[in-house]
Amino acid sequence: MDPILLAVQTLNGLQLGVLLFLVAAGLTLVFGIMDFINLAHGVQYMIGAYFAATFTAVTGSFLLGAALALPAAVLVGVALERVVFRHFYGRDHLDQVLATFGVIFFLTELVRVIWGPTPLSFPVPAWASHSVTLFGGATYPAYRLFIIGGGLAVAAGLYALVARTRFGMLVRAGASNPRMLQALGTDIKRLFLLVFALGAMLAGFAGLMAGPILSVEPSMGDNLLILAFVVIVIGGLGSIQGAFLGALLVGLVDTLGRSFLTDAVKLVLPASAAVDVGPALSSMLIYVLMAAVLIVSPTGLLPAKGATR
Amino acid sequence: MKRTVLAAALMAGLALPAGAQDLRIGLMSTLTGPQAVTGQHLRDGFMLGVEHAGGKLGGLETKVTIVDDQLKPDVAVQEVEGLLKRDNVNIVAGVVYSNILMAVYKPVVESDAFLISANAGPAPVAGNRCSENFFNTSWQNDQTHGAVGKHVSDSGIKKVFLLAPNYQAGKDGLTGFKRHFKGEVVDEVYTKLGQLDFSAEIAKIQSAKPDAVYTFMPGGMGVNLVKQYAQAGLKDKIPLFSAFTVDETTLPATEDAGLGLFSASIWTPDLDNVANKRFVEDFRKKNGYVPSYFAAQAYDAARLIDAAVRQAGGVKDKAKLRAALRQAKFDSVRGAFAFNKNHFPVSDFYLVEAAKLPDGAPAMLKRKLVFEKYADDYAGECPMKW
Repeated sequence: MDPILLAVQTLNGLQLGVLLFLVAAGLTLVFGIMDFINLAHGVQYMIGAYFAATFTAVTGSFLLGAALALPAAVLVGVALERVVFRHFYGRDHLDQVLATFGVIFFLTELVRVIWGPTPLSFPVPAWASHSVTLFGGATYPAYRLFIIGGGLAVAAGLYALVARTRFGMLVRAGASNPRMLQALGTDIKRLFLLVFALGAMLAGFAGLMAGPILSVEPSMGDNLLILAFVVIVIGGLGSIQGAFLGALLVGLVDTLGRSFLTDAVKLVLPASAAVDVGPALSSMLIYVLMAAVLIVSPTGLLPAKGATR
Repeated sequence: MKRTVLAAALMAGLALPAGAQDLRIGLMSTLTGPQAVTGQHLRDGFMLGVEHAGGKLGGLETKVTIVDDQLKPDVAVQEVEGLLKRDNVNIVAGVVYSNILMAVYKPVVESDAFLISANAGPAPVAGNRCSENFFNTSWQNDQTHGAVGKHVSDSGIKKVFLLAPNYQAGKDGLTGFKRHFKGEVVDEVYTKLGQLDFSAEIAKIQSAKPDAVYTFMPGGMGVNLVKQYAQAGLKDKIPLFSAFTVDETTLPATEDAGLGLFSASIWTPDLDNVANKRFVEDFRKKNGYVPSYFAAQAYDAARLIDAAVRQAGGVKDKAKLRAALRQAKFDSVRGAFAFNKNHFPVSDFYLVEAAKLPDGAPAMLKRKLVFEKYADDYAGECPMKW
């Protein structure tokens, strides 16, 4: 196996993992703390990308566009919480799935009406549009390194917030036993809103980081949402560390599987069959990983401490 | 998602004179979902064709019922049943995607209506399942891939890397390419349908060091691939050839990353003929964007219907209308237009490059002829004679 290719693919896996973490972090908090299944989380990621693309086009600067897009994405998240989600907190999971599924349809169509069905143009900022030469002569896009760096910085900040602050303590307590937290006099509705806003911000941030490398289109969040659910199931519901570990695992397994599995299958099967079997196997790989994790540890790798669900 | 367009000034209560015919057309397109932009091009192209006939295709009062297949075969079948039984349409036209066409094919060709595909051209309906009630104004799916394959071969490229989504059209596309490419295929990679990040595949391409890459990545997948390929710094090192990936529906999103990439097509906005000039100019004026081949083929479909209905003197006599459709006496935006015996056109295929029109709008522009009067590879299997 080519060591340079392996290194580049590991970077690619890391970059996908970081992006997944940003989406999954918000999802796991909302799910773990509020026991609320928010299928519309992928839409918030999409809206972050649309806002960033629009504001970047208007202001001419990626950083300025991002600075405007983040609060806008949070605002949409808060509005959704106020108008729709708040009424479904105590309800059955099926009700929540139906309601948030409806929100997906509504917002996806709304975005299509406003911005049109054509994918939006969102160029990579000029200061990161070059390729960096790595060890051994391999080149790697600078912007992807920027995503890895930015994502890791946010992960570190989030860890500090959850592990070291009073807000974080409440979040952890909420993930373990929300009823007890309420009985102790915490304004749980306010906490829910804050957690929700945080989740919306993280999803929006993921969207604006991903916008320049992916196609900004109304359905861009759908695929990512499924992966994000796999991540939080592997990592353990409600746990930020779990989401981080799960996201990196899924990112690496998916990327390395896509790049090396077909070649590996070619060692045991004829090439023509391997071309069919390889991609089929590699697209299953993360689900196999999830099943394996669930068999060994049904609550995920790093579940929230004392979680009752 | 159904809209009825009364193309003529047919006011309420203004009944048609006794004995007068009208023409009812069902236009099926993909108007919602991720691929809606292609369906929008197709619809706008067809409706411009109706408008250019003064709202009266073939001189008949024309009523176009637009339905959305949502890119779901089951929805498409329901909609087409409605068109045939409720609206009593004479012709079902449109259809962007091959899986949709395969779903509605049997119900329509076995009814009293004609089916005219303005885009989808899957192999079975060009070959042994061809029908005297089915016409196509675009191409058979393999042809565009084959044209790129021939060009890549002709330009002396020896080693190519192939990349396509892991589904039937992806495999058919690469097979079509290989039919006319004579060199070596260093690797053939199939990705998950709907995959958004191609960093792993791009790293593989870098490591395989081919002379060129050929890909078929429709819709948003292609936008992502083209952007990421340019960002990896590969665009100027390893040429990226493609089919149905870089066109007027995706160029607004890829912008500079897509410029300079080559593909093949039967039509470009800069084709030099009178019908095309009028089409492109009026289309841009009316819809505010540059038409793609989806729009051009649909416009041709409307013009074909216009000419055939006029020649047959109406839609009452189905045999007469079929004979007129076969003759296809209309000024196509691609220049000469003639049907093969399987009712697929025999067209010239050009090498096209993503470039800018004189006013700066990105579009696919003609570079050179690759195939002259290219008949598809399945026509021989079609038993139809006329």
